[in-house]
Amino acid sequence: MTYDVVVIGAGLAGLASALRLADEGLHVLVVAKGVGGTHLAPATIDVLGYADGRVESPARALPEFVAAHPEHPYGRVSVELIRASLEWIRERLDGLGYRGGLEENVLLPTAVGVAKPTALVPQTMAAGDLRAGGRFVFVGLGGLKDFYPAYLAENLARAELPNGASVSARALELGLPLGREGDVSGTGFARRFEQSAFRDQVVRGLEQRLVPGEIVGFPAVLGFRHAQEVWQELETRLRHPVFEVPTLPPSVGGIRVFERLTAALRRKGARVVVGTTVSGSEHNRKTLEGVVTQTAGRPRTYRARSFVLASGGFASGGLQMDSYGRVRETAFELALAGLPAPGGQRFEPGYFDEQPLDGAGLAVDDALRPLDPAGAPAFENLHAAGATLAGATPWREASGNGISLATGYAAASAILERMS
Amino acid sequence: MTELVRDSLDHCVKCTICETFCPFSQATPLFPGPKYVGPQAERYRAGAASPDVSVDYCSGCGICTRVCPQGVKIAEINSRARARLWEEQGIPLRNQLIARPSVLGRLGTPVAPLANWTLRNRPLRWVGERVLGVHRHAPLPRFAGRTFQRWAKRHVSPAAERTVVYFHACGTNYYEPAVGRMTVEVLEHNGFHVVVPPQDCCGLPLQSNGNFPAARAYVRRLAARLAPYARDGCAIVTNSTSCGLMLKREAQEILDLEDEDVRVVSEAMFDLCEFLLLLHEHGELRTEFLPLPLTVPYHAPCQQQSHGIDKPALDLFSLIPQLEAIELDADCCGVAGTYGLKKEKYEISMAVGERLFDQVREAEADVAACDSETCRWQIEYGSGVHAVHPVELLHRAYGLGEP
Repeated sequence: MTYDVVVIGAGLAGLASALRLADEGLHVLVVAKGVGGTHLAPATIDVLGYADGRVESPARALPEFVAAHPEHPYGRVSVELIRASLEWIRERLDGLGYRGGLEENVLLPTAVGVAKPTALVPQTMAAGDLRAGGRFVFVGLGGLKDFYPAYLAENLARAELPNGASVSARALELGLPLGREGDVSGTGFARRFEQSAFRDQVVRGLEQRLVPGEIVGFPAVLGFRHAQEVWQELETRLRHPVFEVPTLPPSVGGIRVFERLTAALRRKGARVVVGTTVSGSEHNRKTLEGVVTQTAGRPRTYRARSFVLASGGFASGGLQMDSYGRVRETAFELALAGLPAPGGQRFEPGYFDEQPLDGAGLAVDDALRPLDPAGAPAFENLHAAGATLAGATPWREASGNGISLATGYAAASAILERMS
Repeated sequence: MTELVRDSLDHCVKCTICETFCPFSQATPLFPGPKYVGPQAERYRAGAASPDVSVDYCSGCGICTRVCPQGVKIAEINSRARARLWEEQGIPLRNQLIARPSVLGRLGTPVAPLANWTLRNRPLRWVGERVLGVHRHAPLPRFAGRTFQRWAKRHVSPAAERTVVYFHACGTNYYEPAVGRMTVEVLEHNGFHVVVPPQDCCGLPLQSNGNFPAARAYVRRLAARLAPYARDGCAIVTNSTSCGLMLKREAQEILDLEDEDVRVVSEAMFDLCEFLLLLHEHGELRTEFLPLPLTVPYHAPCQQQSHGIDKPALDLFSLIPQLEAIELDADCCGVAGTYGLKKEKYEISMAVGERLFDQVREAEADVAACDSETCRWQIEYGSGVHAVHPVELLHRAYGLGEP
């Protein structure tokens, strides 16, 4: 089949890129080895949380950050473009009611009680903003693994907040009937929260136990498709502000993002093929003509006019390192930047040390086209986005979803510009 | 375990993505999820007895393998674990019986009216549930009475420059011979001489019921029948998407078969819609379709999606004037071949299918489309909407007569 654009990867970068292109009427195919980071990362869009210390305003901090890190993906996109990408996802996923923006970071409690800065927050998490302080109560759900409200509350009480704001936090445990199950995953609770009888039990279990003025934090499991309604109903019936705290994987909030993006893609006639690995390419000099995918039985080639590579970093198999320390980009064998010198040290002993491989990935030009060793675009019609790009340490910067969204959006913009 | 499957196990990072997609663990606490019974429990199986029976509640739909971002062959690991379990415990008579469609077909066909009456007789179905464990409400197909093979023997496929081999599988032969006839006519209409070799079951139901030795024997016999054509460079086409996948991949990956016949057949095997779309990409598909003013909800079954070939039926539908196909996003119909027939699994199967049934009903269509026969029967039963193979719509749009 011939498409306008083939996107490789179904994480936030790939899906955002694909949807922006499909919105413009292009015939788009997404091929992915599996489902991407949406199911692991929270639904917040962190643009830049930490540079030299905690960032209050990404818009103000970005120019200096980029000047200090010229090889960073944000160095390839303008602040205006990052802002446009946030506006775009806010409108495109209006059902999630994203709040915030590039001007001021919101501070949200994590599941371990850290006040974490983030730029864009789904409505169901917005009341957790710690910047003005307040009295918080965190609700644990009996049977939900990996969410410990007492631990969260105790850590959060020690959080440093701007302008001397202070937080008081306590924990509540709620025992709910789980049928025959001893423990239930986040997705299991999310399905239960979509049932009104279960919500009745939650409300009854909490009504007498809340103190006036408290802001009520739940683990982020308040439903899938109907999360907004569930959240709204809990606020109304409990008469307290309610918000969600992102949990360990599976990320229910991220699943909501994935479901909405893929549903929107289907409505626009785009195709999403998951479970198919890209194993090669067909090209004519500097023009990429097709990608070869593995199917049961035989390889299958998809042709297109443009391509987006959003296959992720080491964690997703977009980059791979073998036991000899050789690092490769797995779809096209593209040249890599940010690697330690041959024979040099590849790992520092401490888990949280700065690691020599932190910034490994693809170096790209301003149209996000991966560069060959000579510094020219490897293909004139291949663009890259997301965690496969060189120069970022998202776990330090709190920048993962922001890089994915901004570069996914920018790759689409570059393609639209060239096609017009 | 094959190296491929075993090696993939080590790539599991316990990210739980498979668990969020598994339609069966969502429907029943008896199945704790693909990661739990597979990559996680596998270490307890090393040299020891199977740790528990929950793996038998895996349907083998394969969604876990498809969504896994690390390439772990989760469904394959679980399929092997299930076979191991039944090897230890002995396979129940029911599973041995319903896993042999060609045996049932040979028994039922000559006495089709009586067999169909029996299968729809409530007291007898109740007895069947008590004695055999086949749920009294589970949707069972009707024997056609005349097999597709019988039609094919009398049919003279016009000579043509190109030859294609048709693997019709058991569902077509005993229950839906009309689908087989339409497949042949659509292929002939596109300039193919169609050969229908004698053929038996591919062994897939035995594989999913844990009888690997019998499944291997079936698939080897079938592959030996089809391999000479593959060696001659003939494409082999099937309308049975799950049996096609068995020959393309599962016989090698799940049954661990290293068989030269199976290998050449796997490379020559095409899903019918895959084959027709490839023809179209080469400009060789006839596209003078009559308008079909229909809205058709389309469900790509799990096994079809495991081919990794996208959804070619949708591309073919887009060639038919006035046909509006709705791509449904519900994952699974719940039946998984023989899973939903079993007394203890019927309710689970219906709960899994509910979302799909709702979507089919909401489309307010006269007809739905789906590539797999057992899934079509389940969709009809669950939604009340008639479900056809995509080839039936192509056949109509070519003006090749009523089905």
